[in-house]
Amino acid sequence: MSPARATPAPLGTAAALALGDDALVLSHRLGEWAGNAPVLEEDVALANMALDLLGQARTLLSLVGDEDELAYLREERAFRNVQLVEQPNGDFAHTIARQLYFSVYQQLLYGQLAAEDGPLAPLAAKAVKEVAYHRDHAEHWTLRLGDGTAESHERMQRALDALWRYTGELFEPVDGLPVDWTALHDGWLTAVTGVVEQATLTLPGGPQSGAWTAGAGRQGIHTEPFGRMLAEMQHLHRSHPGASW
Amino acid sequence: MVSAPTPLEEELRALAGAVPDPELPVLTLAELGVLRALHVTGAGRVEVELTPTYTGCPAIETMSSDVERVLRERGMPEVEVRTVLAPAWSTDDITAEGRRKLAEFGIAPPRPTGPAGPVAVGLGIRCPHCGSTETTLLSRFSSTACKALRRCEACREPFDHFKEL
Repeated sequence: MSPARATPAPLGTAAALALGDDALVLSHRLGEWAGNAPVLEEDVALANMALDLLGQARTLLSLVGDEDELAYLREERAFRNVQLVEQPNGDFAHTIARQLYFSVYQQLLYGQLAAEDGPLAPLAAKAVKEVAYHRDHAEHWTLRLGDGTAESHERMQRALDALWRYTGELFEPVDGLPVDWTALHDGWLTAVTGVVEQATLTLPGGPQSGAWTAGAGRQGIHTEPFGRMLAEMQHLHRSHPGASW
Repeated sequence: MVSAPTPLEEELRALAGAVPDPELPVLTLAELGVLRALHVTGAGRVEVELTPTYTGCPAIETMSSDVERVLRERGMPEVEVRTVLAPAWSTDDITAEGRRKLAEFGIAPPRPTGPAGPVAVGLGIRCPHCGSTETTLLSRFSSTACKALRRCEACREPFDHFKEL
């Protein structure tokens, strides 16, 4: 860890870690599509969004400490990402549902942070413009799948339903973030409802959190697939410490 | 730090600004608008500020080392290149000459960003091959994060569009 980075404002640390882990974990999940996406254009699109998120993660984690140590040497319980981003890619509809829920949230969140004068404002002001394209991508695919064939409609609905219970955690307040969480949730719900209805889909009706999911990821409690994802993500660095190319 | 640049600073800035972008070598860093500042801080010491186009743009590392190399070769042994995020880079920072070169290279240049934000409707994007404005979006993301893939309906050629940010 370089000395210049050793004393970040304590207020920003928990927040930078939480948002940095969200970006890092979702980046890795999207990266898993490289070479596997349904068409070449999507392979490229998902990898590009993964790269945007990786850039955000690097900036945020560098506010906390050494980015490589934080990404590759922490145990599962030390990660502070929401459980939504660690959910497996599933079929393409699941990835799009996860993208829709998360990119709308991230754009609204960064929008609020960019307007504040906090330590995260410079990154937020930059990233909000990138995330606008992620949201645009997710919205178009939600419309295309929802209002597509019977099969794509059913799969898109199933994906929205399956991930709905992870969306409540997005709006659990994070220490040090100057965010109006109620307004964030309202704005998110309005935007997501609009896209879902236009796509002839139904907004899931159940609760947005289970008893054990509300804020759990932010406290280091993760779902089973996350351990396997981390093992793959960290394996190379742990096996060959300090390797470079 | 707002003092007028010295002749040496002007010379060094021109050198650093003339470094080609590693991914779009037709553009220089100055034309791309990513060279933010250059200050000589002592004998043989210079500080440079670069801003990335996208937060995750991998080219920024090559840009930094290229700038460092040309300034060293000019006799500045201590070069520090820093990355700054604020104010956020925008495609509006690409110079007119940069836009002209992009089009000549076969990449439709970005349009000015409007108050509605960067994700604008796809009107008025001209095919860099035949000049037609009848073009269709194929994918919002192309060979790099900063480009979208389009196809011209007149000449049927696919082309990259440097999308607005």
